[in-house]
Amino acid sequence: MSDLRLELKEKIIKQLNLEDLSVEDIQNDDFLFGDEIGLDSIDALELIVMLEKDFGIKLTDPAQGKEVFTSIETLAQFIEKNA
Amino acid sequence: MRKVYLENHQIVSPLGSTSQENIEAVTQGKSAMQSYHSPFMGDYVAGKISEIKLQERFKRLENAEAYTKLEKMMILAVAEVLQAHQEIPKEKIVFIIATTKGNVDALAEENPFSKERAKLPQLAKRLQHYFKLPETPIVVSNACISGGLAVSVAKKLIQNKTYDHAVVVGGDLVSEFTLTGFNSFQALAKGVCEPFSKDRTGINIGEAAAAVWVTSVKPKEEAIEIIGEATANDANHISGPSRTGEGLYLSVQKALQEAGILASEIDYISAHGTATLFNDEMESIAFHRLGLQHTPLNSLKAYYGHTLGASALLELIFSQVSLQENRVFKSLGYKNQGTSKALNMITTTEHKSLQIALKTASGFGGCNFAMLLKKETE
Amino acid sequence: MKRDWYITSSVKLKKHQIFKDDELIFKTEPHISTQDFLKEAYRFFGINYPKFHKMDVLCKLGMIASCVLKEEYPKDTALVFQNASSSEVSDTQHQESIHNFPSPATFVYTLPNIVMGELSIKHELQSENAFFVAEDFQAQFIQNYTQSLLEQKKASAAICGWLEANLDDYYLFLNYIEPRGMHIFSAETLLEKYTQ
Repeated sequence: MSDLRLELKEKIIKQLNLEDLSVEDIQNDDFLFGDEIGLDSIDALELIVMLEKDFGIKLTDPAQGKEVFTSIETLAQFIEKNA
Repeated sequence: MRKVYLENHQIVSPLGSTSQENIEAVTQGKSAMQSYHSPFMGDYVAGKISEIKLQERFKRLENAEAYTKLEKMMILAVAEVLQAHQEIPKEKIVFIIATTKGNVDALAEENPFSKERAKLPQLAKRLQHYFKLPETPIVVSNACISGGLAVSVAKKLIQNKTYDHAVVVGGDLVSEFTLTGFNSFQALAKGVCEPFSKDRTGINIGEAAAAVWVTSVKPKEEAIEIIGEATANDANHISGPSRTGEGLYLSVQKALQEAGILASEIDYISAHGTATLFNDEMESIAFHRLGLQHTPLNSLKAYYGHTLGASALLELIFSQVSLQENRVFKSLGYKNQGTSKALNMITTTEHKSLQIALKTASGFGGCNFAMLLKKETE
Repeated sequence: MKRDWYITSSVKLKKHQIFKDDELIFKTEPHISTQDFLKEAYRFFGINYPKFHKMDVLCKLGMIASCVLKEEYPKDTALVFQNASSSEVSDTQHQESIHNFPSPATFVYTLPNIVMGELSIKHELQSENAFFVAEDFQAQFIQNYTQSLLEQKKASAAICGWLEANLDDYYLFLNYIEPRGMHIFSAETLLEKYTQ
């Protein structure tokens, strides 16, 4: 697993207080929102803050977030492209 | 059970420091919204009360420097309302304060007042001290329905004869605290907000204090009775409104039940209409489920911004005025249908014969509020 | 219609101890952090609710108290709460971050009534809510307001009480009020139970 993807999983678990999950529980392609990981709209906003704070990327179009935050994989690819 | 009425009121806002000035400004279609810049927020639009004007207005009251901006706003509003009822012993009156964040600006390092001042009971004590009240005012802090809920609380305490009258005052500030918070929610509009409109981008925050006299004694002219009220929680999400409008639907249903009237008897709706994508959509769904899609409706948020704990009270006062003057106010900022269910938006301020009005509000924590007002005809 | 209502269950959280109807049912070492106390209580009572971990301290306290107070509630159970410090803990946290990437997950908890939202979601209550703030518990007023909701049939039962969490300490006291029971719901009983 690439370092960025691992790092993202660790960050998400910590920042979103996913107390019952560990890095091994999140697959790169799992849907972050919906049944698999179960994030909600506040988590999405928190991820927007994380992108800006930790990676210097500002998501200006909230609709864009939906695609970017589909999975760890889409998020990692977005960061790799924009960082 | 005793009947409960709304009587005289006072509004302190950027649009004026009396209800009369406010009504005139809204009639003329004026908005309190202005552009501001902050190093942390960039450009934003909000409705702020000028400190200089407030100071000027406060001059004839006592000891101005001892009070914070919000306290001054609230004192001004209450003083005027109380003025008309000097003969009534204070023991017969319950004082209720509605606010979400009170003197939250006192938490900032640069604020001259101590951090202690940000505590809500402190705010109650300042008002108690100023007006020499026998009891500390009750404080309602229930997100964006606070101002309306406080009137419901007054109604219940009058109905069960704990008190005969109430002064309800609602107030909140435009603070860096709330601005940065709503900004982190991506909820702030880029320009002046456009409630229920297609291209709406979010809210503006505004500041205001509003006060009203609530009483068991029927006013001589144009008596406006509170005939029903309720709150209901969505039980869905702590910040996002319910997709089905369940809580709002329930709160209106329950208010109708108490009033013993049908939804079709409502002549006018003063909606919450914050101009966020999800809130306005939720309201349109709830009003449709209630069969209220043809009832004239407005949001006052483009005049004042979202004045948080004051908003439901400020807008309730405007509903009272609408009933008394048989006049509906234009839903400023509305351009074109922006909700999946169409509503009967009020697009011009005009004369309209009215008897029953519905005021609603919804807020964080999934709370929803509804209140029905009826004009007693002779 | 005047009639009597009853307190059928009470719960109190203070000094890392949990009392149900005056009986100590859980405690931890007094020196551990409030967060650790809450986490241990969450495990002890088998509350399986991942969202718990995202909540602020006021909501966590309220959540544990409401789960201990009763297993299930009627859908129209009113919530009438009061405290002294509003949402002080989250307020302070948000204030410290406003110039440096404020967190939406913190900001959402900067209103005291959010705890009623969390409880409503957990227990599926689409009911009356009112959050009041006062320096001390106003038993008379809270009893009066709660009773008027019940008398006016705006609710068939109620949870009322004091939910205080500030930067130094916490004190939580919730009561379940319903039409039948042993202990009459009065301001005196409420105050007595609160101070006990």
